[in-house]
Amino acid sequence: MSIEVQRISKSFGAYKALDDVSMKVNDGELVALLGPSGSGKTTLLRIIAGLETPDDDDRSAILFDGIDVARQRVGQRQVGFVFQHYALFKHMSVFENIAFGLRVRPRGQRPTNQQIHDKVSELLKLIQLENFGRRYPSQLSGGQRQRVALARALAIEPKVLLLDEPFGALDAKVRQGLRNWLRRLHDEIHVTSVLVTHDQEEALEVADRVVVMNQARIEQVGTPEEVFHQPASEFVIDFLGNVNVFHGRIEQGQAVLSGLAAIDRRLGGERRTDHLYVRPHELEIERHKNGVPSIEARVSRINPAGAVAKIALATSDGDIQVDLPLERLEQLALHAGDEVYVSAKKARVFVPEYVI
Amino acid sequence: MSATAKSRRATNDPLWLRIVLIGISFAFVGVLLVLPLVVVFTEALRHGLGTYLTSLRQPAAWQAIKLTLIAAGISVPLNLVFGVTASWAIAKFDFRGKSLLITLIDLPFAVSPVISGLIYMLLFGMQGLFGKTLAAWDIEIIFAIPGVVLATVFVTFPFVARELIPLMQEQGNEEEQAALSLGASGWQTFWRVTLPNIKWGLLYGVILCNARAMGEFGAVSVVAGHRDRTNTVPLYVEALYNEFNAPAAFAMASILALLGLVTLAAKTYLEWKLQNQFRETLEPAAAEV
Repeated sequence: MSIEVQRISKSFGAYKALDDVSMKVNDGELVALLGPSGSGKTTLLRIIAGLETPDDDDRSAILFDGIDVARQRVGQRQVGFVFQHYALFKHMSVFENIAFGLRVRPRGQRPTNQQIHDKVSELLKLIQLENFGRRYPSQLSGGQRQRVALARALAIEPKVLLLDEPFGALDAKVRQGLRNWLRRLHDEIHVTSVLVTHDQEEALEVADRVVVMNQARIEQVGTPEEVFHQPASEFVIDFLGNVNVFHGRIEQGQAVLSGLAAIDRRLGGERRTDHLYVRPHELEIERHKNGVPSIEARVSRINPAGAVAKIALATSDGDIQVDLPLERLEQLALHAGDEVYVSAKKARVFVPEYVI
Repeated sequence: MSATAKSRRATNDPLWLRIVLIGISFAFVGVLLVLPLVVVFTEALRHGLGTYLTSLRQPAAWQAIKLTLIAAGISVPLNLVFGVTASWAIAKFDFRGKSLLITLIDLPFAVSPVISGLIYMLLFGMQGLFGKTLAAWDIEIIFAIPGVVLATVFVTFPFVARELIPLMQEQGNEEEQAALSLGASGWQTFWRVTLPNIKWGLLYGVILCNARAMGEFGAVSVVAGHRDRTNTVPLYVEALYNEFNAPAAFAMASILALLGLVTLAAKTYLEWKLQNQFRETLEPAAAEV
C-alpha cells in the first residue's frame, strides 16, 4: 500500500506544526521521518494515522493506494500504530494485548477463539516472546514491551505500519538490537512503514528513504546515502552529523579555506556562497605546508578510542573537528599542542547541486 | 563516638519528644474519635439487646432506613455517571470553560450544607421560583422525598469526579488512542480500556459518596421539614434524641457508626490497592532485555 500526503498543513493555535507538506511513500517501503523535536514529524505521522486532523484545505489529501482517507477515522484506516511509550493495556496480559484488535472486531468479522489463539502464538514467536503470553506489561523490560506493542499493531494485519519514536525510551544497546531486528522484520513482511525518529543514525541505518524535516517543512527526501553525501541544505548537513564550516571559496575545483565560520542557525535554508561545509572525515592534517590551500591549527585534544581518531583542533577563529584513520594518526605521530595545517579533501557550498 | 550514632542523632528527634508527640496524637484521637464511638455502642446496648432490636423494629425506624437507602440509591448512581462523564471530559479533551467546570464541581464542598438546602427551598418551595408551577401540577418536592433526594445528590456531587479527575489526567489517553487505532469503537474502548484502568479509583469515590449520602444531615434537614415520612436515619436520630428517647437514638446512631466503620475498612483496602496499582505503572521492570 502506498501513502501519499498532499499539501497538508496543521496549526495548534498560533503554532504551525506543518506547513504545506507533501510526500510519498511507495508500496513496501520503510521511510524514516527525521528531524529535531518540534519539526512536525510526529504530527505528520499522527495525521497519516488519523489520530490528528489536518487544517481544512481543499487541496490537501491523504491517499492510501490512491484513495483519499482524509475523512476516515483512525479505526477505519487499518493502520498499525506503535507509540513511543508503548501504550500497552496495563490490565491485560501480553496475550490479551496482542489479541485486542481481533477481539473488538464486529461479530461477523471476528475470528474464532482458536484462530485468535493461533494468530497470537504466531506473533509471539515473531517477536521472540513465546513464553511471555501470560505476563503483564509491568513484568516486561522496555524492549520487550515495545516488541509486544509492535505485535499488537501487526495482529490486525495493517496495510501500513506507523512507528512514533519506537525506540526513543530505550537505552543505546537495546535500541541498536531492536533497530536491526525491525529492519529484518520489515524485509520479511514488507508492510509499508513510516518511522519517526530524531536519531539520525537510526534513520540512516534502518530506512529505505529518509525524509528530513525542519520547522514544519520537509528539507530533503532521499536515500540514506543521498541525504548524507548530497545534503540539500545547511540544515541537513548539520543535522546528519558533525560538520565544520569555513569561510572560503572554490577555485578550479579546489577548496580554498580562509578561516572558520560558526554555523548560524538563524540563516535557516539560506545559502551562503562564501561558506564551505566539510565533514570531519573529509579534512586532512599535514605537518608541513604542501602547496594545497590550508589553514593553520593547533592540536588541542586527540581521542583515539573508536573506529577513527577524533582530533580537536584550535584555530585563531575557533575549533575544528577532524576524524583521522588510526593508521594516519600513527603516521603523523600527533600530540596535543602540535602546530599543523588543515586542508579539505572535499567541501560543499550550497549553490544548488554543486559539490566538488 | 561512632559514625552510626552520630547520624542517628542528626536525623532523629530525642526519645522523650517522640513519646510526647505520639502520645498527644493518640490522646486526641482517643478522646475525640474512639471514645464517642465506644459511647455510641455502649449507650445503644445499655438496656440490653432486646431493647436495641425493638427500637430498630419501629415502623418509623424502618421508614428512615428505607428513605436513606432510597436517597443513597439514587444519588450514588447519578453521581457515578456524572463523575465519570465529567472527569472523562476534563481529562481527555481541551475546551473552553474547563477550569470553571472544575471549580464548580467543588462548589458543594465549599458551601455549607445548610445553604444547599436553602437553595432548594428558594427554587422549589411554595414561595420559590418554581413553587407556583409545581403546585399547579401537584408536584411536591420540598418537605417530600424528591427534596431529600435532590439535596443528597447536591452534597455528594463532587466525590466521584474529584477522585477520578487526577487519576485520568495522570493516565493520559495513549491507551485509548491505541485501542481506537486497533479498530475498537468508542464504547468498546471505554468498557475494555478506560474503565478497567480507573475501577479502583471509581470504587473509592463511590464508597465515599455513599458514606456521605447516608450520613448527610444539614442540607437534608432543611428540605425535609421535620416530618416523619421525610426522616432519613440521621434526621430520625436527632428527632428521637429531642424526644428524650436516648436508647432508640443511640441504637439508630450505632447503625450509622457501623456503616462508617465498614466504609473506613473498605477505604483503607482500596487505598492500599490503588497505591499498588500506581506503583506498578511507575516502576519499570527489573531488567532491560
